[in-house]
Amino acid sequence: MDEVLLSVRDLTIALPAKMDRAHAVEGVSLDLMRGEILCIIGESGSGKSVTASAVMGLLPPTLQVTRGQALFGGRDLLALPESERRALRGRSVSMIFQDPLSALNPLMTVGAQVDEVLWAHGWGDRAKRAAKVQALLAEVGLPDPPLIARQYPFRLSGGQRQRVMIAIALALDPDLLIADEPTTALDVTTQAQILELIRTIQRRKGMSVMFITHDFGVVADIADRVVVMEKGLVVETGAAAAVLTDPQAPYTKRLIAAVPRLRAAGDSGTGTGGALILKVEGLHKTYESRSGFLGRKRVVRAVQDVGFELRRSRTLGVVGESGSGKSTMGRVLMKLIEADGGRILLDGQDILPMDERAFRPLRPRIQMVFQDPFASLNPRQSVGTSLIVGPVAQGMPRAQARAKAAEILRQVGLDPTAYERFPHEFSGGQRQRIGIARALMFEPEVLIADEAVSALDVSIQAQILDLLKRVQREHDLAMIFITHDLRVASQVCDEILVMHQGRVVESGPPARLFHAPVEDYTRRLVAAIPGRGARDAA
Amino acid sequence: MTRYLLSRFWQSLVLLLLVSVIGFLVLNLMPGGPLSQYTRTPGMTREMLDRIAEQMGLNRPLPVQYADWAWNLVQGDWGKSYRDGRPVLTIIGDHLFATLLLMGVSTFFAMIIGAWMGIRSAVRQGSLFDHSATVIAMVGFSVPTFWLGLIAIFIFSLWLGWLPAGNMYTVGDGSVRDIAVHLILPAATLALVSVATWSQYMRTATLDVISQDFVRTARAKGLTERRVLMKHIVGNAVVPMITLAGMQLPTLLGGALVTETVFTWPGMGRLFLDSLGYQDYPVIMGLLMFSAMLVLAGNLLADLAIAFIDPRIRLD
Amino acid sequence: MSDATLDTLAAPVPWWRSRTMQRFVGNRLAMLGLVLITALTLACFVGPWFLPFDEFYIDLRARFAPPMTGAHIFGTDPLGRDLAARLFHAGQVSLLVGFAAMLMSTVLGTVVGVVAGYRGGWLGAVLMRIVDAFLSFPSIFLLLVLAALVRPSPLMITIIIAVTSWMEVARLVEAETRTLRDQEFVMAARMLGLPAARIMFRELLPNVVGVVIVAATLTVARAILLEAYISYLGYGIQQPLPSWGNMLNSAQQYLADAPWLAVVPGVAITLAVTAFNFIGNGLRDALDVRSDMVGA
Repeated sequence: MDEVLLSVRDLTIALPAKMDRAHAVEGVSLDLMRGEILCIIGESGSGKSVTASAVMGLLPPTLQVTRGQALFGGRDLLALPESERRALRGRSVSMIFQDPLSALNPLMTVGAQVDEVLWAHGWGDRAKRAAKVQALLAEVGLPDPPLIARQYPFRLSGGQRQRVMIAIALALDPDLLIADEPTTALDVTTQAQILELIRTIQRRKGMSVMFITHDFGVVADIADRVVVMEKGLVVETGAAAAVLTDPQAPYTKRLIAAVPRLRAAGDSGTGTGGALILKVEGLHKTYESRSGFLGRKRVVRAVQDVGFELRRSRTLGVVGESGSGKSTMGRVLMKLIEADGGRILLDGQDILPMDERAFRPLRPRIQMVFQDPFASLNPRQSVGTSLIVGPVAQGMPRAQARAKAAEILRQVGLDPTAYERFPHEFSGGQRQRIGIARALMFEPEVLIADEAVSALDVSIQAQILDLLKRVQREHDLAMIFITHDLRVASQVCDEILVMHQGRVVESGPPARLFHAPVEDYTRRLVAAIPGRGARDAA
Repeated sequence: MTRYLLSRFWQSLVLLLLVSVIGFLVLNLMPGGPLSQYTRTPGMTREMLDRIAEQMGLNRPLPVQYADWAWNLVQGDWGKSYRDGRPVLTIIGDHLFATLLLMGVSTFFAMIIGAWMGIRSAVRQGSLFDHSATVIAMVGFSVPTFWLGLIAIFIFSLWLGWLPAGNMYTVGDGSVRDIAVHLILPAATLALVSVATWSQYMRTATLDVISQDFVRTARAKGLTERRVLMKHIVGNAVVPMITLAGMQLPTLLGGALVTETVFTWPGMGRLFLDSLGYQDYPVIMGLLMFSAMLVLAGNLLADLAIAFIDPRIRLD
Repeated sequence: MSDATLDTLAAPVPWWRSRTMQRFVGNRLAMLGLVLITALTLACFVGPWFLPFDEFYIDLRARFAPPMTGAHIFGTDPLGRDLAARLFHAGQVSLLVGFAAMLMSTVLGTVVGVVAGYRGGWLGAVLMRIVDAFLSFPSIFLLLVLAALVRPSPLMITIIIAVTSWMEVARLVEAETRTLRDQEFVMAARMLGLPAARIMFRELLPNVVGVVIVAATLTVARAILLEAYISYLGYGIQQPLPSWGNMLNSAQQYLADAPWLAVVPGVAITLAVTAFNFIGNGLRDALDVRSDMVGA
């Protein structure tokens, strides 16, 4: 007989005035059973994090609980006096957060921070605590606990820091662990490891976990049950397997449909493409950084011996984790960063040795769409100005540029009245459309999308990917799609380059890479994709 | 850490060089330049001046003169005062203690009170305390220090008669207690502007710290607010405090000048003003250079302190 | 549902009703500052028309009159001249000097800051080292030395105040430019093939304006204070031209007998400087939450 550990009833939290809706969450009810993993999934603004913070009693002062209960062990957490809530925090209910670097005090050693939670709840004496700290660090899979305990957070990797956070959260054997997007900021391979760790520990201790995420792949991997939230409301609840295979609510259906599909084993893509437009050989970029004038030199080989061919109407994916060099390579191709060696043949002409003045007239042929929709448009310029400033500087008459801008805006699905508006009036997805429009103004032959959908919600992501596909067809574009998300790459790319520490580790059509990877790193990357188990071939 | 310190040390040297170049240029812009002490002597003719200029090496190219002057500076020869012929460094040395005492005492109190105000304002953001503290701080660094000094003299000296109106000690006395009594008004006056700066700066710095995720983690551990405040918030606010202490030095010296004038406190600021009146250029230049060097040294010390405290620098 | 339909967009908002403006207007201290400055400026420039006394009118029978004696709202000075009239005329000088010095130092500081921040490299490093070197001297020391060198006309005083104030502006602007330079929209401008000068002044500068305005406001406050300091010490604006600073210089000897001679100009300085500081702070707070993001 399952026992209900946490019962949230009709939770309603008001937002301060002048926000676009009245409540952060409204009427949210959910149950968490003992020993189960419940995933709360939603996009940004769904209220999932707010719900978790409310249960912990960590809401910012601007958000007020107007009604509802959070029953835990027979007591309503929301009605408890602060001193009693504090006694529960860290001991019966723990939380881990998204960004492990900023979540740890930079001036305290890791060991001291784990020790602190034990000390705060009066657990054991100094010697006992020290031993427990070592045990905890080992339990979360950290190598050489005595050494790690003496380190400061900045010395550890992202994955290691998150393990430390988990150690802190589990120190006193809580009944409930709340995990607020703990893997979103991590690399795919690290993400898989942390998920595995949480799953193992949960099984061993019989702990309940409330896992907040935006990724249905994660839900497929670890959830027993799932709650779907949209704009502060619970939209659907149920067993994970059931919701994934047979979603009821329209929003859930949309969300699941938007998750990028991996290609089927036999899928070989759409033809061979048009003329060869870009050929890269032996591309090199090395960074030498010195801290201060007398500092030690650090040599980083960002891009090593990269080469590929690209034809029109084809999409090349460049996939890698952080530090793989994929973004650097994109910028080198655009000549936004100087390369150190190699050849970049744009339509037969080597552009690598050209200086800025020689290359400027060629810039219209190769354009880029950037990652951050909030930083890639000049906030002080109207959309129209951002669109025409490039062509006008290259000599196009202003009237012609305006007409073209209106035309392109229509093509990317925006009303031409956007011309006079300013970027802050648009949503993230709309701004990305504007970014794409800006790139298209020159009618380029090559379009590089540098993590162009990574900052967007899943449902918007799908729309932008569709737009890119359509635009590619209409303009016969050659596209390079840089991303860290293999699933996205699989959906849009004809061929994929897998990069690791500056080198191309493996390349090939997505179907082959995913179903029959050759290299070890590629295998690890593919294995780490969330939702592997429940993934269905398109 | 050694790398960081060496790099900072090197930067300070570069700055010192630039400071000396600026100083030298100012020296040569003085009316009459280094010759001015002679131009006022009666009976001086053009030819005599020229010959003196030749002897002083003033006809050599500027960079050579600079090198000479800089070398003298390094060796400790800062020239001699026009007024009494004593070495400039010695004269500065005579007045150094008084200024350091004034600056030190006022900074000590300003730092403690200001930091407390600032941190408390940040922790209780939006409260009455926060708003009042902000207003007080704004007025604090808008008040002309010398005017405040005048008002203070008027109230506490002339009207109430509690405290002396100026000088460092009463003639014939000179005990620690006597000096302390004389120190109260000038130190308090100088401190007011400092308190304002400290409190506003610490407020911003503390707000920055509070918004960091690790404060939320600390709360999630179940720590008391007090512990969160003292260990995590204040602990991380110390670094910006030290940075500010370094940045404050030039303003503090300037404020000291003004305060010493109003209270006839026998420090470097008073010396500067007196020398200005007497057109005693060697002393003026000496003080200019000395104050800049003091600032550079202070900043270097601050960086040293930060290097020890912040593990990210200490261990890299 | 496609997010491409613009029905979801609100009507465009003119800048004076933007959120930044709302925040600024909502800041009571800043508004108080604005009111104070307006009142002070009006009093100093228009006020004299309404006063019964000329600032030059010497009336030895009414010397050392305390405030509110007859028609002398602030009293009279040792020569019987109306203090209010002198105060307002002095205010014109002090405010003008402060404002003009701010203009000069802001322009210089902004240009240096933008160039140093955008170009970076050795040019940026050299420029900023020079700025740092200047900042190592206490400004009053430097100011006084320069004041001793030049003829103390109001113009020269303004210039040397500007010379000792531009560095703070440069530092603020350089830091802001450096942050913006790494933003993607600057990279996009390079991608479009825009020349460097254009990027600096058409793309970056409009985004730096906020910081510049804050710096400028705080510079006026500082300039007024600096002028008061050096005039008080005798090296700034010289008599017979009145300034709040030199009024305090002459008031010092009469402190025991006629304290209002010192109190009144001091209060005026404090009010003006405080007001500008309120405004500057209010601007800084209003501009802080710069990104008005739509959606959560």
